Amino acid sequence: MSTITARDEVARSKQANVMLSRVAGSLYWMSRYLERAENQARLIDVNLQILLDFGQVSAETLKEHWVPVLRSSGDEEQFFKLFDTADNESATDFLTFRLENPNSIISCIFNARENARQVRDQISSEMWEVLNDAYHFIQGADAKKVWNEGASAFYDQIKRYSHLFQGITVSTFSRSEGFEFIQFGKYLERADQITRLLDIKYHILLPHASDVGGALDTAQWHAVLRSASAVEAYRRYYVADILFKKVVEFLLFDESFPRSLKFCVEQMNDFIQLITEGGSVVTLEAEPMQRFAAFLSRLSKVDIEAIFNRGLHQFLDAAQVEIASIGAHLYTNYMYHPPVDLEAEIRFQQQQEQQQQ
Amino acid sequence: MLFDNYKTENFFDEMFSRDGTPRPHYQGVSDALNAVSAADFSNKQMAVENAFMRGGVTFTVYNDAQGTERIFPFDCVPRVISAEEWDVVEKGLIQRITALNLFLHDIYHEQKIIKDRIIPPQYLLSAKHFRREFMNVSVPKDIYVHICGSDLIRDHEGRYLVLEDNLRCPSGASYMLENRNALKRTFPELFQASGVHPVGTYPGELLKVLQYCAPAKFNGKDAPNAVLLTPGVFNSAYFEHAFLARQMGIPIVEGRDLVVRDFKVFMRTTAGLVKVDVIYRRIDDDFLDPSVFRADSLLGVPGLVNAYRAGNVSLANSIGTGVADDKVVYYFVPKMIKYYLGEEPILPNVDTFLASEPQDCKFILENLNKLVVKSANEAGGYGMLMGPWAAQAEIEEFRKMIEENPRNFIAQHPVSLSRHPTWTGDEFGGRHVDLRPYILCGEKPVVTRGGLTRVALRKGSLVVNSSQGGGSKDTWVLKK
Repeated sequence: MSTITARDEVARSKQANVMLSRVAGSLYWMSRYLERAENQARLIDVNLQILLDFGQVSAETLKEHWVPVLRSSGDEEQFFKLFDTADNESATDFLTFRLENPNSIISCIFNARENARQVRDQISSEMWEVLNDAYHFIQGADAKKVWNEGASAFYDQIKRYSHLFQGITVSTFSRSEGFEFIQFGKYLERADQITRLLDIKYHILLPHASDVGGALDTAQWHAVLRSASAVEAYRRYYVADILFKKVVEFLLFDESFPRSLKFCVEQMNDFIQLITEGGSVVTLEAEPMQRFAAFLSRLSKVDIEAIFNRGLHQFLDAAQVEIASIGAHLYTNYMYHPPVDLEAEIRFQQQQEQQQQ
Repeated sequence: MLFDNYKTENFFDEMFSRDGTPRPHYQGVSDALNAVSAADFSNKQMAVENAFMRGGVTFTVYNDAQGTERIFPFDCVPRVISAEEWDVVEKGLIQRITALNLFLHDIYHEQKIIKDRIIPPQYLLSAKHFRREFMNVSVPKDIYVHICGSDLIRDHEGRYLVLEDNLRCPSGASYMLENRNALKRTFPELFQASGVHPVGTYPGELLKVLQYCAPAKFNGKDAPNAVLLTPGVFNSAYFEHAFLARQMGIPIVEGRDLVVRDFKVFMRTTAGLVKVDVIYRRIDDDFLDPSVFRADSLLGVPGLVNAYRAGNVSLANSIGTGVADDKVVYYFVPKMIKYYLGEEPILPNVDTFLASEPQDCKFILENLNKLVVKSANEAGGYGMLMGPWAAQAEIEEFRKMIEENPRNFIAQHPVSLSRHPTWTGDEFGGRHVDLRPYILCGEKPVVTRGGLTRVALRKGSLVVNSSQGGGSKDTWVLKK
């Protein structure tokens, strides 16, 4: 017969402002893609800055520097289809301007805008215009021009578009279901990205006993904080010392800094509560929600030494899995409808018509 | 000053009389524009175009897979209609839509107009969009056409004539609204001298119509749930669909967001299924329901027609209105007005010859190089022969097509369309214009006081459609 799922029951309360599942999905992805673009910009910027401190770098060092970055978003294979070597130019080109890279800044902005276009009636004109401006901006720029005029300024502009969009959203978007999906998507993406940023950095900056606390080490962790816009916030807690363990602890567990993993996951939790209490027919399975609650509580029991002993990479990897899992769970239950089997549906409706006559 | 070199030549000019003085209802606009330098005007023109690009007020032309977004070019000089002239136009349009709705109801029920031999039956029965399957289906409030765009032109004497009726999914209302906003932002000084009727009432009026035509069975406490059904983002008019839905505060849905169960239509929401009562559909009949019409349509909703027949959902416009879109049926509209209303048409048709009538056909074939020939059911300015400007090869092609299928063709003498000063980049030139007003039919017919003036941007061209190089102007109806 038909492919209607169990949850396609008639909604209990007829809401004045219902939200199509497809629309919820588009708002979610619009938000995620833009956050991803911003985080990519931060990531590339900090990597370029770090390299400046190395002075003269060999081709091998450059490759060692960029490959983990490419690997972290799963695009290493795609990169080597297009380029022979990983260096500043090829890596930034790939990560910024190449549509063949689904996670490049240009791909993310295109996707954010395309999702916004699907739901133009839901977002304010100002929100649309920012995404449209970002789209025309990045279409106009090209790698050579960026290199000539200053890479930092370019990536700053990308961040600015994202900030402007977020500010406009907070100021003009009604606090309704749509807002919840936008914020949930944003914090989920941000949580994921902070773990990737730390994962890359830790790998590259694997401390040698002789380097810890040295000027080079400090400068590079300073760059990491700067890429997360966290320098001033960090300093309020730890005053002058930029020690890598403290930086990692801050970016993972600080409760008040809005880009820390803990903060983002708590926000995710808040918005999940709002989404799920909307009076839906959907009864979420208990297990994924419990698992997420357990994850959140683990983030409160901070023991940074234990994490380093067991391995920071393992911790970050596990966090990414939890984040992806709750995201998939919400997506399947709220934002996704299996595509209708058109032929079966047509046959069903034709049968119904026969019975009607 | 800006209009010093402007020439009306041999055409009826909207703005200037033959002696070169502005018509009285253009005095305000003329004075305001004469205070502007050519450079300033040019800058404002460009600013408006940029604003449209930023705002995404575009339509997409699909020459390649990606598609290019283009703005619908906008000219900053408004087209002004005096209150007295509008009064006649409004009455004429109301008369016409009233007759057309009566006609549609009649031919899908008793067919009295055929029985009384006003229209030969073969014209209706052979009409491409006559939906035989919908004979004797009742529609809510007996309204077939809720939204109508009857295009008007003016001849060399300035008489208003109806060029064609668009009764399926007439578009352009969003440009009417955006043009007004754009002109207000760019040239506020133009508005101060004249008293212009607002057009921003359109979405509110449209929503009232949609709610009015809720199914007879509807008995909910809240307002009926109306949605706008779009083919989706890849449709060239998507901007308009999203815009109107947003302005009315109703959901915009695609076929895949709807499902029919128990002969009722539902939206698939995050909270489960929510019933739909009225659908403002921007999808043609053919693509509405793959279980009844084209089976290859991915845009429609299987079972939608079942629900419509069961009286559980209304469609605006109703199914089957395309028969009156047919240019051959257009020929008979003045007769419809006389038959149903007992009145003479206030707005005449353009004199039309029917290729399916032997005498007319002879005349047409002997004069192809002097006539405009149109296919009965094409849109967008396609399927048209502009005799006086066509190459011999094209003329012969049409001769063959007419001989093979005369039912499919009409012909008219070319009308010398009125012209309007239009910015050509460095100065004003006269360009041909038409007018698409928007008529809404709910509790009673309402004509929006304004409309979309379309302008053929190429010098000498008579084709105003956006897909073939047309642009538009803000259209003013003066309060007095």
